[in-house]
Amino acid sequence: MSILADLPISLIVLCSGLGLVLIGLWGMLTQRNMIRMIVGFSLTDTGVHMVMVSIGYVTGGTAPIINDAVPMADAVNRVVDPVPSALVLTAIVIGLGVTAVMLSYAVRIYKARKTLMIDECTESKW
Amino acid sequence: MIKRIFIFLILALMAMIFFNLATNYSENTELSRLGHYYVETGPEELGAPNLVTAVVVTYRGLDTLGEVTVLFISAAGVGLLLRRTRRKDDDEDLEQGDRAEETAGTHKPASEIVETATELLLPMVILFGIYVFLNGHLSPGGGFQGGAIIASGTMFLLLALPESHISRLMIAIIESLSGFSYVIVGVLGVIMAGGFLDNRIMDLGTYGSLFSAGAIPLIYVFVGLKVGFELSAVLDRFRKEDTGPL
Repeated sequence: MSILADLPISLIVLCSGLGLVLIGLWGMLTQRNMIRMIVGFSLTDTGVHMVMVSIGYVTGGTAPIINDAVPMADAVNRVVDPVPSALVLTAIVIGLGVTAVMLSYAVRIYKARKTLMIDECTESKW
Repeated sequence: MIKRIFIFLILALMAMIFFNLATNYSENTELSRLGHYYVETGPEELGAPNLVTAVVVTYRGLDTLGEVTVLFISAAGVGLLLRRTRRKDDDEDLEQGDRAEETAGTHKPASEIVETATELLLPMVILFGIYVFLNGHLSPGGGFQGGAIIASGTMFLLLALPESHISRLMIAIIESLSGFSYVIVGVLGVIMAGGFLDNRIMDLGTYGSLFSAGAIPLIYVFVGLKVGFELSAVLDRFRKEDTGPL
């Protein structure tokens, strides 16, 4: 526990994010079931978001909302970077859209083939 | 076998890159120059306490418009992929067999608890979604988050009352109107203020009050409505039984 407490918090988030990216990549490369591949993509996506958020962290910083809790004069020294947070917000929405389209492709393929295994779909394989 | 070795190699190389990244990482002790500029000038220039909102809606507003467009295209793609079309006669039998099989599984009604909870909670979920996008410039939240909460309300409705009918025409009208108004507000920014999507077309108001920060709440209302209805339409498309076009 003491080792964890010494690590900077953003490093923990960064490492978890990178780990999630690896797990997701492993899932996308090894699984043959399309739903599981999509789950792998979602894991990678989430991992990337965590990495981006951790990069924007500033030691001891709080949320970039300037109100009574964070006075305007001192704000520059007390908040985290708002730019990565805004980019992650965009990335989450795009990831959601991509996942929805992938799932609907999976539904379509299942309707046509009665299977979710990618090995059965060999027409466009080279 | 050789495939597995390749996969292992790829993952091992990625892990090496990530290991280097993680070991050489040192936490920032101060803001980046861009972040510094936004934090310093943002609250006074735009009047929005939530700086993430200021960046998303105004400073990088064009990106957000692109994001809304991507979401719209993906919703349209889902609609196109999951639409039901009248097949030829020889497919009809197979199709009907399928449908009977499908409906046998889905027509089990939701339990009493779920139905009652939905009746009680659905208005509150929707209200909370509206609260989140109206207060996007003051507190954590915003159009996308509020829209997602509204869509979760729709999910709730679909789980409790699978037979419920959601009007596609209404969804299409609200979605198009809010998307159109969003662009109109952006163009008004070119005419009346500094540039496309500039929020200073309206009075900035008292800092920290609900009606402040110029056009940001207005834009977030449009974004929230658009995202909420778009995601509801996507969820509706993933239902098994279809209620026909529009």
